[in-house]
Amino acid sequence: MDIFPILSTLRRHKLTAWLLILEIALTCAIVCNAVFLIGQRLQRMDMPSGVAEHELLQIQVADVTAPTNPYARLAEDVALLRQVPGVQSVASSNQVPFGTSSSNGNVSLDPAQPQRTLNATTYFGENLSPTLGTRLVSGRDLQSDDFVDVETAMKGLGTGDSKSLPHVTLITHTLAERLWPGQNPLGRIIYLTPTVGLRVVGVLDSLVRPNAFDAAKAQYTMVVPLRMGANKDQSYVIRTRPEDRANVLAAAIAALKKADPQRVVTTKRSFDEVRQKFFQDDRAMAGILAGVIAALLIVTALGIVGLASFWVAQRRRTIGVRRALGATRNDILRYFQTENFVLATVGIALGMALAFGINLFLMAHYELPRLPAIYFPVGALSLWLIGQIAVLGPALRAAAVPPVVATRSV
Amino acid sequence: MFGYYLDLALRSLRRNKMLTALMVLAIALGIGASMTALTVLHVLSGDPLPDKSGSLYYVQVDPQDIKGIDPDKEPPYQVTLIDGLNLLRAARADHQALMTGGSVPVQPDQSSLDPFYVEARYTTADFFPMFDVPFLYGQGWTATEGEAKARDIVIAKSLNDKLFSGANSVGRTLRLAGVSFRVVGVLDSWQPNPHFYDLNTGSYAYGEDVFLPLQTMLQLRLDRGGSTDCWGNGGGGASGILPSDTCVWLQFWAQLDSPAKVTAYRDFLVHYSLDQKALGRFQRSPNVRLRNVMQWLDYNMVVPGDVRLQTWLAFGFLLVCLVNTVGLMLAKFMRRAGELGVRRALGASRRALFAQLLIESGVVGLVGGVGGLLLAMFGLWLVRQRPSDYAVLAHLDLSMLFTTFVLALCATLLAGLLPAWRACQIAPALQLKSN
Repeated sequence: MDIFPILSTLRRHKLTAWLLILEIALTCAIVCNAVFLIGQRLQRMDMPSGVAEHELLQIQVADVTAPTNPYARLAEDVALLRQVPGVQSVASSNQVPFGTSSSNGNVSLDPAQPQRTLNATTYFGENLSPTLGTRLVSGRDLQSDDFVDVETAMKGLGTGDSKSLPHVTLITHTLAERLWPGQNPLGRIIYLTPTVGLRVVGVLDSLVRPNAFDAAKAQYTMVVPLRMGANKDQSYVIRTRPEDRANVLAAAIAALKKADPQRVVTTKRSFDEVRQKFFQDDRAMAGILAGVIAALLIVTALGIVGLASFWVAQRRRTIGVRRALGATRNDILRYFQTENFVLATVGIALGMALAFGINLFLMAHYELPRLPAIYFPVGALSLWLIGQIAVLGPALRAAAVPPVVATRSV
Repeated sequence: MFGYYLDLALRSLRRNKMLTALMVLAIALGIGASMTALTVLHVLSGDPLPDKSGSLYYVQVDPQDIKGIDPDKEPPYQVTLIDGLNLLRAARADHQALMTGGSVPVQPDQSSLDPFYVEARYTTADFFPMFDVPFLYGQGWTATEGEAKARDIVIAKSLNDKLFSGANSVGRTLRLAGVSFRVVGVLDSWQPNPHFYDLNTGSYAYGEDVFLPLQTMLQLRLDRGGSTDCWGNGGGGASGILPSDTCVWLQFWAQLDSPAKVTAYRDFLVHYSLDQKALGRFQRSPNVRLRNVMQWLDYNMVVPGDVRLQTWLAFGFLLVCLVNTVGLMLAKFMRRAGELGVRRALGASRRALFAQLLIESGVVGLVGGVGGLLLAMFGLWLVRQRPSDYAVLAHLDLSMLFTTFVLALCATLLAGLLPAWRACQIAPALQLKSN
């Protein structure tokens, strides 16, 4: 197919052709970036937690007046929950994976170093790793004689008495690799304050932080043997079989309320709900982006249909003349298809440059990575395809113009 | 003449219904999407206290130890209890208040109501006059009562409705966390958005149900929420344990009514830091900040990044829709070159043709604009169904309604001007000859 006649025709409709090219370029640029953003969100929503999410429940209860012995109260509650039929394991924790609310500490490897090494989250609670279902890859789990009451520890922190402070910790594999790359972390010391040095006794396969907003730091997690009393921020974590979750949750709440009808249940949910809530904004944003992509492609496709229809109607006579001079229906069809291909190609070329520019802007303002090269051919292909589909109808109509039109005056 | 042109425009638009519908739809979609996004952005970046925000200042000083010092670093986000009380007692501002938040259990007298938790604000007395908090009944406690750890409480309208059926409850007793409080005031509806005075609670659609003196909270060790940042051997802040002296966990606000007072207050903070350094409490050289409400909100970037991104996206979409409509309109006008040529040859001036074409595109823009407005209302309804905390705030206000019309008008002109101008450039003789 000779494209020179097409170019010379387009030259007579310069402004309209350029507008179509501009529309294709803008669509291409926005679609490339939007698809990339959706990919980013989906990837984030897939973030592993390292725990048996489909088997876990979270309950928080709050007392109206503080119990006289919160530690005993917590032990009673845990014992009570263990009695509930269907419960496999119970833990208490100050925070839960993807729970948002978190306790964090500044980690140093040397008490005298001027800047902290990094910020890690600190889980406080007993029986956590077996209940959550996170695997111990080396070393040992925390034992009950490792634990220190939180109030004792706070006093010890104030007086500098290191005996009343916890001495050991579990850390995640990721944190160990970040602190001591390629070395055995067991037996090494992490300093949370100049006087609180914690010896690493075990390494967990994976345990995500409650505030996992930055994927790179999501696994900077420690489990510290601090015994918390019953209070409204403390969570009871229950492990059960996935199909028993609803029944166990109801029975557990009933057991806790029976022990003290005055207390208020502030949280009761499965870990599926915890994850759902944590990533709700990402899910919404991915949905919005998908909607925008669909709307853009439809508007652009309809624009192409509209313009092509005009051109076909405008050139009816010319088409008739060409048909009368021996052009086949196929020639006419291919003429309009090629014309659209030429316009789309110029638009896509411009769109690529624009997509790159938009990506640079987003990188500067939204901490996004560079647009991977794979998105360019994908964007180009989809726009070529949409252009061809959109132009097919008008082109077929053009091909159907009978040669006899040439003999009629308009 | 206008009526005639309108008639011509309608005829022309009716001749190709699909195309007209396409152009109207494109404009409506573009305007609907961008107005939805813009309204959300506008609502979220609004001024919580328009009359007063310029004279309310958030105070930051730097009591941290020398470890990790960086000359360009900002001071901590909040203040320690000691610094807060010192600044409060110095009373150098027109009003000042030290505060923090938490949640407390309410034990209603009615046996029909189970105990429930409400959000609480623990603050010193100036909170109410400083933030222009409206009272329905009674008033706040005085500074003296606050210092005396009075069991006084101010409740929100919603809680008053729930517990006292909206009656004047001043003087009544309310049990919180096992302690009896006396209601001294009931607020009228009040919920500044963003929740500027404490951004730890979530920035939007958050409001406290009870307000009580900070000193009372310290004595009763009531539950505290929000963030606690400690250094050195500091700790606490959870499980009913108050944060230690080397932790920041309170907000300090000052009202400064003139620029001179702002300068004087900043000097005061520097002197205060120097004094504390001389006493050995502070180790760093003075590092103070004084930001008014809007500066504080900007600094904390309270408007979610996703909302800004959505606005960019929506305007990108509007641009595509406009280009689309301009292209279609242009093609349409150019196709009528013959008709326009005849009109020119019969004596119509270029200006008359231009007016006629502009009216035609104006009709498309106007209908598209109205459609866009309806779509924006639908879009905002969709936003309100979303789970984000700010979702409930997404409503179209008067200024945004006005902006929509301006946007629709501009879009119309943009979409119509170029095609109309281009079509008027046609030489009549050429068109007549080719026919």
